[in-house]
This record gives sequence, structure tokens and C-alpha cells, in this order.
Amino acid sequence: MSNAGRTPLVEMRDISISFGGIKAVDHVSIDLYPGEVVGLLGHNGAGKSTLIKVLAGAYQADHGEVLINGEKAEIRNPRDARAYNIETIYQTLALADNLDAGANLFLGRELMSRGLVNDAKMEAETRKIMGRLNPNFRKFNVPVKALSGGQRQSVAIARAVYFNAKILIMDEPTAALGPHETQMVAELIQELKAQGLGIFLIEHDIHNVMKLCDRASVMKNGQLVGTVNVNEVTDDDILGMIILGKKPAHLAA
Amino acid sequence: MTDTGQAVAAPAPKRSIIDTLELDVRLLGMLVAFAAIAIVFTIWTGGTFVSPRNVFNISVQAVPVAVMACGMVFVIVARHIDLSVGSMLAMCSAVMAMSQAYWLPSALGLEYGSPVILVVTILIGFAVGTGMGALTGWLVGYQTIPSFIVTLGGLFVWRNINWYTTNGQSVSLTDPNLLMFGGTEGVLGAPISMTLGALAAAAAVFALYSARKNKLSHGFVVKPAWAEGAMMGIVAGAILLFVTWLSRYPVPEAKLKRLFQARGEVMPEGYTAMHGLPISVIILIVVAVSMTLIARRSRFGRYIFATGGNPDAAELSGINTRALTVKIFALMGFLCALAGLIAQARLQSHGNDIGMLEELRVIAAAVIGGTALAGGVGTIYGAVLGALIMQSLQSGMAMVGVDTPFQNVVVGLVLVIAVWVDIIYRKRMGLAK
Ligand SMILES: Nc1ncnc2c1ncn2[C@@H]1O[C@H](COP(=O)(O)OP(=O)(O)OP(=O)(O)O)[C@@H](O)[C@H]1O
Ligand SMILES: [Mg+2]
Repeated sequence: MSNAGRTPLVEMRDISISFGGIKAVDHVSIDLYPGEVVGLLGHNGAGKSTLIKVLAGAYQADHGEVLINGEKAEIRNPRDARAYNIETIYQTLALADNLDAGANLFLGRELMSRGLVNDAKMEAETRKIMGRLNPNFRKFNVPVKALSGGQRQSVAIARAVYFNAKILIMDEPTAALGPHETQMVAELIQELKAQGLGIFLIEHDIHNVMKLCDRASVMKNGQLVGTVNVNEVTDDDILGMIILGKKPAHLAA
Repeated sequence: MTDTGQAVAAPAPKRSIIDTLELDVRLLGMLVAFAAIAIVFTIWTGGTFVSPRNVFNISVQAVPVAVMACGMVFVIVARHIDLSVGSMLAMCSAVMAMSQAYWLPSALGLEYGSPVILVVTILIGFAVGTGMGALTGWLVGYQTIPSFIVTLGGLFVWRNINWYTTNGQSVSLTDPNLLMFGGTEGVLGAPISMTLGALAAAAAVFALYSARKNKLSHGFVVKPAWAEGAMMGIVAGAILLFVTWLSRYPVPEAKLKRLFQARGEVMPEGYTAMHGLPISVIILIVVAVSMTLIARRSRFGRYIFATGGNPDAAELSGINTRALTVKIFALMGFLCALAGLIAQARLQSHGNDIGMLEELRVIAAAVIGGTALAGGVGTIYGAVLGALIMQSLQSGMAMVGVDTPFQNVVVGLVLVIAVWVDIIYRKRMGLAK
């Protein structure tokens, strides 16, 4: 796909953020176009989650700016991010363990009727979306702490896709999923992409990256190693970028 | 993830009666404990323990702690604690006592006992309580000082500003309109009480029915009709039994005579009247029902529980957890003011030690009622029941002549044992519950 001349959906420019003395993200710029999946790769602690949390409103960048559809966006908290139709599946899932799947799915955006929370309606909606994502899911009336890791992840995914996101951030969305469920998420990603969403996908499985992503940005020690078009490289090229922190010679020009 | 899903989908295994009724086992446990206490003391006192008079007294005495325990549930569920509630109660009580007895009469040029003074006094009291709570909430939420510290400080500060407010003097309160909030002096009588009881029973049945209808309309499984009917029967029966019982507690003849005299009439021969529901108990019921509604059906309540379950998740879901903290503590402060009003009306005076050590009873009531100090879990009815259990224990022990220090030993033990039993139970049943 050629992005020439198009306005990026998201542009993160020159983002830096540090915790105490550690530069978790160090002058990183990445972008994302509509209908595109951009993989974000790197070793553990490279700064991937921290970078996308700036976009999600969970962290404030010390330096740099975020542009949405070419316009500067002020994202001060998760509420602002939601207002830009940015939805996030956090690596930690960010579920309230004591609430059931429906309450978590609609947390912060409850369905109301006559001024009261309508749990029955929310459960019905949750059943609908879970039917598409994970048809075997049955545990609608128990706190999510009673769910398996994969079931919890399904709830977090359902929450991110339910609200008509335009920009989707997925931080290792299939880490806890079985092969069948992973396949369903892969299909979901392709479907959402076809609908024109832009997706940042943090993923360690190089095979999934090659299959799902259009471009891949690689980070090392908080810095951006480079961004490549996935169909122009081999998996060994990307592994080399992750491990050595250098762009492959044939692309370095 | 397929395995568990399948297991649930498989033909339903035979369900126990508790499952069928969808009873909260924790609630059941408390009811059993409560019943056990009642039975033991009833036998021990030869029946006096369950006499209408004693049931009336226990209910009235439990109100201030129970009202505050409702607020404490929210505080603890949100992973905080409030050690200052007893002192906030005293502070609100002091301000209300001074307002009605001294400040307002001179400021407004009205007599002590004028209804205007009482109304303004109550409004001031509520504002002071809510303000103190909001200040605590701001220090905790926005300044991120641990609530244990802020409220431990508050315990000292408010208790002693209370002292300065009244200059260490007790204020005697005689306004009959105020005393209405205290219990014995403010009762509805048998006919009104029975009518209210019947209405409440009907409302409870209707609430259960409409919850069932709502579930059915979304195609969810509901419990069998007979089980639902039994639940309705039990709830309605309990309400009616309670009001009937209180409606059998006669007002002493001497007091009736005085009431007639005050109106310039002579009491007809053989005239009797019953206490019925005290206004303070009705206030408690209104508080408990509203707080339950808030906990289960409002955004505010949902956010409190979400924050208690996982503060980061709540924040990432766009919940303003700082503002939420302010609201939780402000509500707690408001309930302290309400409890202060009821307490001073019952005691017919404001004394320096009003509400002393009450924070510990309030926390104990919430915890006995199943509120987990780790946050995220708790019920309003549990806390009210916890307050009732403690009050019954104390009242029963006092009746059979257990001396006060030992009463407190028992209350302390009950607190620890209640939590202990709960932990054992959870371990047995597998942690998920
Ligand atoms: N809240 C925090 N406080 C202090 N340091 C942090 C915080 N969050 C992240 N870090 C540090 O920032 C660096 C980047 O962390 P980050 O979570 O972004 O890594 P990551 O690339 O997502 O790794 P992984 O693949 O393990 O998820 C790490 O060195 C980490 O220790
Ligand atoms: Mg990460």
C-alpha cells in the first residue's frame, strides 16, 4: 500500500518520556494510516508499552507531540483519548477483577435507562460481541477474576472493539490466547483493517507480525531502530533489527 | 478457555436449594448468626430480649452506627478508611447544638425551638459534615496522602475543635421537634406504621418482580417461579413482622397523659397508643435503600467498586478517581452529620464525648457485614446487619448482667471471628467467591 500524499491518522513526533533517570522512550516518531496495521516490536523493556500509553492518555510525554488526522491533539488523560476514538487493549488488560464481563466492557460508558445503570442491557450487548469474538465464552455473571487468562483477554479485546474505534492500540493482545482464539483475533484484525481502522499492534511473535502487519517499527532501549514495509523484508531482517538494533544493510540507504 | 465454557453449557447439575434461591451465602451466614444471638438471649432472658420494647430499643440504638456504616462501606470498598467518623459526628453535633441553642436564636432573633431554627441548624450541620468529608477526600484524592493518615489526624483535630466549639460544655437540647429524630420521642404510631409496612412489603415484591421481568426481556435464565415466590414471601413477611412487632410496644400511660395535658385535653379512660416505627429507623431505611441503589444502579457506585477492584483500570477507563474520592468522603461526612443529628436527639443533649470510639464500631459493622478491607467488595445491607448484630450482642449482654468491659471483649472477639470464619469459608469454596 502506498501512503504517499495521504494524511496519517496518527503521527507521534519526537516523543520522549523518562521515569526518574531512565529514558523509557527517547525521541521516537511513528505514524499510522487508515486501514493499516503497524507492528511495534522490540525486546522486553524497549519502551513499546510506554510509547503507546502516551497515545492512550495514560502517560504524558515529556517532549514531542501527537497529531490526529494532521491536527495537533491534546491527550491529557484516557478520557481525551476515547474522545478521539482511540481504544486500547492494555498489556495488563486493565480489568476491574471484582466486576463481571459486562460491567468491565462498559466501564466508564455504562448503558443507562432512566438514570440507572442497565446491567441486563449491558449483559445482552456483551453476549452479542462475545459471540463474535469467543463463542465459547459463557461466564457473564461472575467477576472477571474467576476467568482464565485468555477469557480475560477476550473481555479486554471486546471492550476495545465494541465502541467503534478509529484507532486501535493492541498491546500483545494474543499473549494469553489459545491457537483457535488467536486465529479469531487475527481475522478480527483483518476485518477491522478492511473497515478502515488504523491499528498499532505490539507483538512478539514474528510470524504474526509478518502475517498481519503492513509496516513494522522496531524499538531498542527506548529508541526507534527504524520502520520497514513488511513485504520488503524477511523475518530474519526484522529479528536482526530487534536484536542488533540496526536496519538491514539492503534497506539502510 | 473452551473447557470451562463447555462445562457450563453442559446440562445443569442438580442445584442445591441455596443455588436455586440464588441466596447470598454470606448474607445467609449473618442471618443465622443474628438468629443464634437472638435465640440465646431470648432463652437467657426468659423472652424479654425479643419483647417489642427491647427490639425497639435495639433498633433505635443501632441507627447512628448503621447510618455511618453505610458510608463506610463505600470508603472501604474504594480501598480507603475513615478513622475520623466519630470525631466528625461530634463536630457536626457541636455545631448543630450551638446553632440551635445559641447562635441562631440571637442571629435571627427567634426563640429556641422555632422550626425555622431547626431547619437552618440541620442544613448547617449537613453542610459542615459534607465539607469536612470533602476536605478529607481532597487531601486523599488530590494530594495523595494516605487516608489512614488524613483521617487519623482528623480524629484528633475534629474531636478537639468540637471541644472548643462548645467550650467543653454540654448543651442540653429540649426542642420537641429535634427530639423527634431520636427514637422514643418520634414515633409514627401503629396505624401509620402498619400502612407503611404494607406499602414497603408491596414495593419489595414489585422490585423483585420487575428485576425478574427485566432479565426475562433479555432472554436470561431466571430462578424458578416458586423460588422467586418464596423469596418475595420471606422479604415481605420479614418487613411485616418487624412493623407489627414495633406496633405492639405501648407508650407508657404516664407519658400519654402528659401528651394530652400538653394539648390541654384530658386523656379518655382506657386510652392506649403504640410506638410503631421510630422516625430514626425510617431515616436509616431510607439511607440504606438509597445507598444500595447507588451502589448497584448508579454510575457513581459502579465507579467506586471498579476503583476498589483495580484503581489503574478505573483510571484507564476514563474515571476521574480523584474527584470520585472527594465524593466518597463527602458522602461519608454527610452521613456523619445525619448520625450526629440522630444521636444528639436521642441523648437530648450534646456532650463532648458524643460519638467517642464510634469510628471503630462503624468499621467493625462494615467488616462484620462482609466489606473487605482490601477493597472492591461490600454490601450496604451487610453493614446494617453488622451494626444490628453488634447492638443486639451488647444489649443482650447488658440485660443478662455482663459488665461493660467484658461486653467490649465479646464485641472485639466477634469482629475477629466473623472475618476468620469468612476466610475459612472462602478457602473451602475456592477463592473465586
Ligand atoms: N511506571 C513506570 N515507572 C518506572 N519505570 C517504568 C514504568 N513503566 C515502564 N518503565 C520502564 O520503562 C522501560 C520501558 O518499559 P515498557 O513497559 O514500555 O517496555 P515494553 O517494550 O512494553 O516491554 P515488554 O515487551 O516487556 O512489554 C522499562 O525499562 C521499564 O522498566
Ligand atoms: Mg509492554
